[in-house]
Amino acid sequence: MSEFSNWDIIYNLLMAARWTVLLSLTAFVLGGLVGLLLLMARTAGGAWVKGLVRCYVELFQGTPLLMQLFIVFFGLPLIGLDISPWMAAMLGLTLFTSAFLTEIWRGCVEAIGKGQWEASTSLGMKFTQQMRYIILPQAMRIAVPPTVGFSVQVVKGTAVASIIGFVELTKAGTMITNATYAPFTVYGFVAVMYFLICYPLSLFAGYLEGKFRHVAR
Amino acid sequence: MSLVELHAIHKSFGELQVLKGINLSIDEGQVIALIGKSGSGKSTLLRTINGLEVIDDGAIIVDGKKISDRDADLLGLRLQVGMVFQQFNLFPHYTALENVMLSPQVVKKQSKADARKVAEEMLIKVGLADKMMHYPDQLSGGQQQRVAIARALAMKPKVLLCDEVTSALDPELVNEVLAVVRQLAEEGMTLVMVTHEMRFAREVCDKLVFMHQGRIHETGDPEEVFASPKTPELSSFVGGLA
Ligand SMILES: Nc1ncnc2c1ncn2[C@@H]1O[C@H](COP(=O)(O)OP(=O)(O)OP(=O)(O)O)[C@@H](O)[C@H]1O
Ligand SMILES: [Mg+2]
Repeated sequence: MSEFSNWDIIYNLLMAARWTVLLSLTAFVLGGLVGLLLLMARTAGGAWVKGLVRCYVELFQGTPLLMQLFIVFFGLPLIGLDISPWMAAMLGLTLFTSAFLTEIWRGCVEAIGKGQWEASTSLGMKFTQQMRYIILPQAMRIAVPPTVGFSVQVVKGTAVASIIGFVELTKAGTMITNATYAPFTVYGFVAVMYFLICYPLSLFAGYLEGKFRHVAR
Repeated sequence: MSLVELHAIHKSFGELQVLKGINLSIDEGQVIALIGKSGSGKSTLLRTINGLEVIDDGAIIVDGKKISDRDADLLGLRLQVGMVFQQFNLFPHYTALENVMLSPQVVKKQSKADARKVAEEMLIKVGLADKMMHYPDQLSGGQQQRVAIARALAMKPKVLLCDEVTSALDPELVNEVLAVVRQLAEEGMTLVMVTHEMRFAREVCDKLVFMHQGRIHETGDPEEVFASPKTPELSSFVGGLA
């Protein structure tokens, strides 16, 4: 058994933390895009489309993230699609993120008064123009705190990817613990690293909130 | 030929019949006051003229062209008919100038410079030359409503609809908004306004339309109608105001 110094531990954890960051970013960006499309469908679509989006959201909100990952990772191979842990984690987290963001943003869009829709309609704007110039800019301001709050959940959620063998921060922590028999030290470092990823997100939220000052009372 | 003609307009919300066959023609340059009790259908009628409510039956004819309920027609209708709301409904995240510039740019695809020129002109017209860079929450109610009027005017509508544009204002701010409306009337703008300002209606409007239970109950010259209402309903409505 080789000797691990604290620096070795930190170095190895940092290498793995890159994957945590990458997974979080990918899930958040892709989930945000899918979430935006679902939000449009949910806002503008017919009864059928709205119902489908609602089911989608309920499905992901009503089951543990871990189960969603298992179903993607073990389910897709059953229909002949072999999938790497990275792909499974990314796909699972993207779906999970999109469902939650759709729901968070829907609340923000609905918080924008009917008068804003009517005024912009009366000026001849179409739905996409109203969304782009009137509704989303205002909804975004309200959406910043819950969205950033949720991005922290995504970062912490990436830890479940360790269960399907994807080597991110938590999995690396487990592996190093198995080699060093120093769980307290290792997981202490792991926790600090999660904190260092998440804390700036909260600071960023505060900054963004200050940026758009003028919104509906 | 009238600028806008309404033929037998019907509109229901579920079981509730709100407009029960409205016939009205609006001539170019005419200033029409729409009065009536709460719930008589005044706002609903205005909203159908702007396409905010789709009618169940009847016809809206603008400049001799019948408006169908297809989206393209409704968009076209809104380009010709502007609307000002009781609650102003300014876009809070844009300055006064941006509020007025937005639609000409986005809907009419005007260049930024052109849109800005028109917007400045309109804001000057409503007396807000010094407030262009202010956000709505930095303006008084009267100023906000004047921005809303400028915003509607910047689209160069043929008709401007005003739904109780002074009802949400503190009494001391009512006059500055009415002055702008009066000026528009004098310049020949075609106006249809729902109002409770009877003195203003009398002085400024050419035609008074009294709505009662979803129908046009009485109409005529404001002076005459106020002096000698023909129906007991209008009589009691006018009496109730005095
Ligand atoms: N979107 C809607 N859904 C259901 N009912 C509606 C809707 N809009 C208006 N109504 C009803 O239609 C009737 C007429 O409303 P409208 O707003 O046209 O009246 P109004 O004459 O403008 O009254 P007020 O003077 O109070 O503004 C009312 O009974 C109102 O409750
Ligand atoms: Mg009304």
